[in-house]
Amino acid sequence: MKDVFFKVIGHRLFWPLVMLVALVAVNVIRVPGFLSITINADGNLFGSLIDILRNGAPTLIIAVGMTLVIATRGIDLSVGSLCAISGAMACSIILTSSDPHSVGTVTVAVLVALALALVLGLWNGMLVSVLGIQPIIATLILMTAGRGIAMLITEGQILTVQSTPFKFLGSGFIYGVPVATVVAAVVLALVALLTRRTALGMLIESVGINPEASRQAGVRARGLLFLVYGLCALLAAVAGIILTSNQTAADANNTGLFIELDAILAVVIGGTSLNGGRYSLTGTLVGALVIQTLITTVYTVGIPPIATMVFKAAVVVVVTLLQSPTTNAALERWRSRPKSVKPASRPSEPAVVR
Amino acid sequence: MTTLEAPKSGVARLLERARDAFTSPKSGPVLVTAVLFIVMFVAGGVRYNGFFSATTILNLLVSYSYLLVLAIGMSFVIISGGIDLSVGAVLALSTIIAAKGLQIGMPPAVVIVLILVCTSVLGLLVGLMINVFQIQPFIATLAAMFLARGLCYIIAKESIAITDPFFTSMAQPIILGPRLSITASVIIALVVLVIAVWVLQYTRFGRTTYAIGGGEQSGTLMGLPIARTKVLVYVISGFCSGLAGLLYSFYTLSGYALTGVGGELDAISAVVIGGTLLTGGYGFVLGSALGVLVLGLIQTMITFEGTLSSWWTKIFIGALLLVFIVLQKVLTSRRA
Repeated sequence: MKDVFFKVIGHRLFWPLVMLVALVAVNVIRVPGFLSITINADGNLFGSLIDILRNGAPTLIIAVGMTLVIATRGIDLSVGSLCAISGAMACSIILTSSDPHSVGTVTVAVLVALALALVLGLWNGMLVSVLGIQPIIATLILMTAGRGIAMLITEGQILTVQSTPFKFLGSGFIYGVPVATVVAAVVLALVALLTRRTALGMLIESVGINPEASRQAGVRARGLLFLVYGLCALLAAVAGIILTSNQTAADANNTGLFIELDAILAVVIGGTSLNGGRYSLTGTLVGALVIQTLITTVYTVGIPPIATMVFKAAVVVVVTLLQSPTTNAALERWRSRPKSVKPASRPSEPAVVR
Repeated sequence: MTTLEAPKSGVARLLERARDAFTSPKSGPVLVTAVLFIVMFVAGGVRYNGFFSATTILNLLVSYSYLLVLAIGMSFVIISGGIDLSVGAVLALSTIIAAKGLQIGMPPAVVIVLILVCTSVLGLLVGLMINVFQIQPFIATLAAMFLARGLCYIIAKESIAITDPFFTSMAQPIILGPRLSITASVIIALVVLVIAVWVLQYTRFGRTTYAIGGGEQSGTLMGLPIARTKVLVYVISGFCSGLAGLLYSFYTLSGYALTGVGGELDAISAVVIGGTLLTGGYGFVLGSALGVLVLGLIQTMITFEGTLSSWWTKIFIGALLLVFIVLQKVLTSRRA
């Protein structure tokens, strides 16, 4: 009985799911119709849960890329700046074109923005893999300079665009489902297929555990690092376009501000260890949902929305304390006490996340 | 090196010593920064009228005394091999507490003590999270950043002006000579600088901080008080962020929740440009002070240039950060 209990409680999605259920419960108590999903006159799905899925989409998209980066024991702080850069790029192309409402213009704008982000992502990858700079610092450079680059593109203005096809990306619906949600689902499914149905995920994890050993075992660690940072930047650009389209404006200073923290938070809540070598995309999905639900809860409970950050801080603290080696060791001690007194503390071992 | 070489002339020996200094991971980056600072200062003087003067330097000190204090706290953390992402938010929290506290009628002395105690306690909590629960500094300070920023918004959304006579008197310039003036903040920042230099170079605590950055396990084996020092480093960083916020509120005479967004990046940039190794173990507080001056000089030159827009500052700082990180990499890999 105790073993089953520990199996459940030790599952890496146990605490995140508990948190998600608790948050939803708070909402349901506060707003009885919280769980209801209706179809409005336009044939689109409508309801609080749909809002959570739509508003949480950009964070989820970035968090998926971030998961892979963190799995290689890296981190990408530049995603917020990349959001701003891609949004600025797309908006400035649409603004300067003769026909902002044509689908062709928007397609070109989006593709150019994605390509630019990919180049910047490969730049990050180069700093990390070729020059061997610590990921926090390597991506800090683009985080600092990136806002400057975005302002360079927008020339310091907030670019407001009027373009029907572009607006569709952020606030449109496909078969009643918000486009942003569809994009997030597609991204999650593609990355999951790519990394879990091929050996790619395992190779990424092996690089996270020991890059040098992986290289000697024939894993092309350098190429993999380029790949994950490039992909992360690309996904950040996708999120940036959705965010910009949703506001129909590119703001170099504020688009995607602090989103890197939300994304990292989603990954950490999802049980992916920051020490690399192990990741869970399902966990990241749950993590992103927890964050967005938390934001919604703050609204529904009637706490001033600006207080959200305090709650996020609380979540970070609780989650990291629950996952910390010290807590795990304590749990381990408690678990093994009746049988034999094992030396439970293993100080040199990194965070054990089950 | 063999000892059978011909005796060298004084110049050759001097050159060799200079080369050794510039290529050592310990002093190399600092010297490069010093040269860079002088080159920028001279270049600015050649290019702009009235740039090459003590006024420029004193203005830099007046405008960036808060960043100097932030960078001093950050130096302790980075030398110990950690990182503190919360400093910008804690600075903002400090300005908000100052403004709100004075607004509701607290005496300035109480407000100042309150701020320094609050921010030090926050630093203590972060240090305990990192040390007791072995949470990565990056995540623990991220949480502190969220917390501090959130508290700012809860205390006051809008910017609050400070009208307290003590605070306004602190904002008054102290005239040193014709067109030369500083503020009390500059003196405070310089005192903190001197104390920090003394603590890091001449106390047990300072040496232990270097030892943690150089190799925590070796430090533990040598019986150094690693745990206590690691926690204290974050207390110092919290205290410095609080003090920096206080100086910032003297400077701007207001408290606002959005001040210091990106302040942590400026502080980290200053420390790195000042030659402190990001992996810990090497670095000088005086280097960080030099880093602050270089950052300030970039901003001043962009202001003098007039045609360049402010966003170039961020791009320049980013580029400079890159150059120095690569430089550190080159210097350390050659020695390794």
